[in-house]
Amino acid sequence: MNAPVADDWREALHESLKASGIDLVAYVPDAGHQRLIELAEADPAVAAVALTSEEEGIGLAAGAWLGGRRAVVLMQSSGVGNCVNAIASLSRACSLPLLLLVTMRGEWGEGNPWQVPMGQAVAPVLEALGVVVLRADAAADVLPVVEAAARMSFAGGPPVAVLIGQRVIGAKVFAR
Amino acid sequence: MSTALPERRAVVAALLAARGDLLVVSGLGGTTWDVAAAGDDPANAYLWGAMGLAVPTGLGLALAQPARRVLVVTGDGEMLMGLGSLATVARARPANLAIVVIDNERYGETGGQRTHTAAATDLAAVARGAGLAASETLRDLAAVTALRARIHGSDGPLFAVVKVAPGNGPMVLPPRDGALLQHRFRAALGVDQGD
Ligand SMILES: Cc1ncc(C[n+]2csc(CCOP(=O)(O)OP(=O)(O)O)c2C)c(N)n1
Ligand SMILES: [Mg+2]
Repeated sequence: MNAPVADDWREALHESLKASGIDLVAYVPDAGHQRLIELAEADPAVAAVALTSEEEGIGLAAGAWLGGRRAVVLMQSSGVGNCVNAIASLSRACSLPLLLLVTMRGEWGEGNPWQVPMGQAVAPVLEALGVVVLRADAAADVLPVVEAAARMSFAGGPPVAVLIGQRVIGAKVFAR
Repeated sequence: MSTALPERRAVVAALLAARGDLLVVSGLGGTTWDVAAAGDDPANAYLWGAMGLAVPTGLGLALAQPARRVLVVTGDGEMLMGLGSLATVARARPANLAIVVIDNERYGETGGQRTHTAAATDLAAVARGAGLAASETLRDLAAVTALRARIHGSDGPLFAVVKVAPGNGPMVLPPRDGALLQHRFRAALGVDQGD
């Protein structure tokens, strides 16, 4: 189980995404995004799209932008590895905006060593792709950082990823 | 089969005949050249890369433009790389989305290597299994003309495979600058207003 954390920043984040004109939420579930996914699924003003793989989210966001709609893609850090060619060959190749919210694993008290290699590769991989990487390492940072990221990317800027630190989410404990 | 399979350029031209306000996404390689050969249009979102992402791109567009019909035309190889997206479409159930796979049973663009559809895979059955009930395989132009009518007139999501003769035809190249393509597409839809 995840360590319990206050959910208020997720409620505020849901409202703030809508205030930024983002009403399409694509996701592959992660425990760290659970509440935000529930809020999106329950909100009739938001289209929540469950993906089978994170790279679909890059195509979905591209198509939405072509049609005049703003999307956000939620994933855990492993999912970044599934998006590499999509970000390079679609978002970057067409100078499309892109907003990724990535809940980090493999960086803070991680109990599953299989998460560590990709978790540690997330920032350098995204940077190699030309994605601007912003971090939120305290619950109070999440909202302003996501707002800044959305403004920057949808203004015609580069793809922006917000990495929500594992310390904010709470490290997953594998106990027996 | 006794009758010869249709030529892909004729199939795509029939799909896009009298297209009206249809929005089109084409998969990298062969189908992008086919769609360009049928006549360049700012409402064509040509992919020059991003293999496996034609269907997700079409889904995003369909969700953004629910009043417009959206057609994804892509190759069998491109579709095989993104099979999971069929389950995503089935779950999202966009009524205005149609997906047509131009199936030459080859990776035409890279030298004509046999794809999995030549060996074992029935893409229409895969789509049905993913949850797209309106899924079929077509083998002649008359059926394609009937499909064109359904794309404009019936609720989707629709999925069809069109088996076509081998041979990709000459390359017909649309603009290749991705930024230009996205801006002219958005301008044509009236959504490019200095966000
Ligand atoms: C991720 C990725 N892998 C491989 C390629 C090389 N590639 C380009 S087009 C293509 C074949 C496409 O086949 P299909 O979709 O059936 O189109 P056809 O040319 O047969 O119409 C391949 C493998 C690529 N562009 N991207
Ligand atoms: Mg092919």
